Amino acid sequence: MAAEGTSAMAASHFADAEQRETAATFGMWIFLATEVLFFGVLFAGYTVSRVQHAEAFILAGRHTDVLLGSINTAVLLTSSLTMALAVRAGSVGWRRSCAAWLVLTAVLGVAFLAIKGYEWHEDWLQGLVPGLRFAYSGPDAPGVELFFFLYFVMTGLHALHLTIGILVIAVMALLAARGRFSAAYHTPIVLTGLYWHFIDVVWIFLYPLFYLVSRS
Amino acid sequence: MTTIAAEGAPSYISAGYTLRSWLTTRDHKRIALLYGVSILFFFLVAAAAAAMIRLELLTPAGDLVDDDTYNKLFTVHGVVMVWFFLIPSIPSTFGNFLIPLMIGAKDVAFPRLNLASWYIYTLGGLFVVVTLIAGGVDTGWTFYTPYTTMFSNSHVILAVTGVFIVGFSSIFTGLNFIVTVHQMRAPGMTWFRLPLFVWAHYATSLVMVLATPVLAMTLALIAIERLLGVGIFDPALGGDPLLFQHLFWFYSHPAVYIMILPAMGVVSEVITCFSRKPVFGYQFMVYSLLAIAAVGFMVWGHHMFVSGQSMYAGMVFSLLSFLVAIPSAIKVFNWTATLYKGSVRFDAPMLYALGFIGLFMMGGITGIWLAALAADVHLTDTYFVVAHFHYIMVGGAVMAFFSALHFWWPKVTGRLYPDGWARAGAIVMFVGFNLTFFPQYIAGYLGMPRRYHVYPPEFQVLNVLSSGGAVVLGVGYLLPLLYLWWSLRRGRLAGANPWGATGLEWQTPSPPPTYNFASAPRVEGPPYAYQAGGTDGR
Repeated sequence: MAAEGTSAMAASHFADAEQRETAATFGMWIFLATEVLFFGVLFAGYTVSRVQHAEAFILAGRHTDVLLGSINTAVLLTSSLTMALAVRAGSVGWRRSCAAWLVLTAVLGVAFLAIKGYEWHEDWLQGLVPGLRFAYSGPDAPGVELFFFLYFVMTGLHALHLTIGILVIAVMALLAARGRFSAAYHTPIVLTGLYWHFIDVVWIFLYPLFYLVSRS
Repeated sequence: MTTIAAEGAPSYISAGYTLRSWLTTRDHKRIALLYGVSILFFFLVAAAAAAMIRLELLTPAGDLVDDDTYNKLFTVHGVVMVWFFLIPSIPSTFGNFLIPLMIGAKDVAFPRLNLASWYIYTLGGLFVVVTLIAGGVDTGWTFYTPYTTMFSNSHVILAVTGVFIVGFSSIFTGLNFIVTVHQMRAPGMTWFRLPLFVWAHYATSLVMVLATPVLAMTLALIAIERLLGVGIFDPALGGDPLLFQHLFWFYSHPAVYIMILPAMGVVSEVITCFSRKPVFGYQFMVYSLLAIAAVGFMVWGHHMFVSGQSMYAGMVFSLLSFLVAIPSAIKVFNWTATLYKGSVRFDAPMLYALGFIGLFMMGGITGIWLAALAADVHLTDTYFVVAHFHYIMVGGAVMAFFSALHFWWPKVTGRLYPDGWARAGAIVMFVGFNLTFFPQYIAGYLGMPRRYHVYPPEFQVLNVLSSGGAVVLGVGYLLPLLYLWWSLRRGRLAGANPWGATGLEWQTPSPPPTYNFASAPRVEGPPYAYQAGGTDGR
């Protein structure tokens, strides 16, 4: 038993495939719970800062691009739909359809990043980047700077997660196209889907906080 | 008691002797040993800093080191002891080694993630070593803002990066344990047949998984604030330093439970084995572990009674802190009730475990003083606090670590250590510990503040006692290193079950084979089926 190679060891410490799949999915949910707390710090920081600088946050919130933000929300929600379709295709064993939906999801993710990158570029030109290029000189400048600090940290961290997600999806699409998954075994796609939907949910909170609540 | 595994199956140690076979292993038992070696290294680093601190405090004047160096010494002592020794100490070594054995599994649910967590730990440790070589960090282990973000001239970013990274190793360990306990239990191993050690690690893992990300993000914000000069913590920039303290203690108070819950798990196993009685009130023990983990999340504000948080928040946090004492007391009562009318044997693991109960009680009760709003105003930031948390973290967690080390050493290595030396070591450690830290209660009560390297001469007697005690304590730590090392080659062979203990880990050879059991064990009864008065295999 011990004489077996290490690669055989990892494959066989589960009793059966079902146990392996349940364990993997459960592990992913717990990982997502840690992510909630990871982002939670920033949401707590946003709440406290907003209470302390209510006026400044309203002023600052008018400097984000609500149109691009809304388009991006639509793009990301659509990508969640295509991801769900990819998981569905995977679970019934439609290999090519699964790969195609995954590719579409990744493309939508890249589109989101492109739009977000353009927004950041505009912010840079307007001098709204705290610490690096902050030229805002209106009332409540420190509070406005805090708003944009949180804006960049939170959308930046979100974009980082999205980038990782796109890379994982690209790998999954490749594997799916090569026929590595079947109706019996497609756990990695389910896990990728869970992660992708989580990123989507984070954005659903970021969008109103940075684009909507200050506008009336 | 029968041995399930086939005799002659190669043990996990003889599965490979090359360095490569260790560094690429996915065997939870080998990863446990990798962790064991690493945490021993960091324990020695942090202990060296403590030795310097105690040496400096021998005299009221600052004659050994200057104040900057002293600040760096207590910072490195705190940072390394907390994140690189205490947090991983019992879970990553004994938890890793024993949980799959105790639940009758071949391995943890995610062996590769388990190995990755050790590499992540090592990477984080590397950052701390670099921090030390570069000149250290002087902020205290608490990294309070705005000192960390604006004023400190030491290597804050390096240090917080190290702690940020090591956090993920404990997240991954916790995640692995939770999934393992849920999914990998052997047939018949129902939740209420789990050994309390496993329950304790389950509760610990919940805390690890839910608290550590908060610390990680908070430290990342410190690094960004220090780099760019903008952020949410510095009042000069419109930020809120209290927000930092809330976030920091939201992790760092539950972190105390990451240290003490596994210790409680160890002590429960040892007490019941050496009393030869089932643990008293098993279900209450389980619920109190979970209650400590849950309520432990809601008491962090008791670290901030004097930092300007709302008085009403202080009152709520004070009450909730008192509440934690209830499940903690249930555990102490149940351990003593387990001893009652048992056939108590004073082997070395038992001596450490009994030491734990006394020291933990002492630390817990002084914790009640500190949780009381009015008393805390007088005691906070004095040596009373230092003594209190050392009673919990050293007297509690480290004593339990040594109890575990002596209890499961025969299982891990297959060898027995010399019993007389081990008992002597336990007693030296207990005496040395009390001599070191009890005087600090008095010094603190009389008003000696913590974190100063010069102090009024009237405190010298107490400090000399404390420094003398530290020498005894040092001997107490050194002794096991020597005789355990000796036992590796010369110790008697232990056999599968030298203590006549129940539990699946004792039903497989020592050291266990790679896959733990020759065939999947089947569990048919509750844990701790000891017969009072019986010898049960001894």
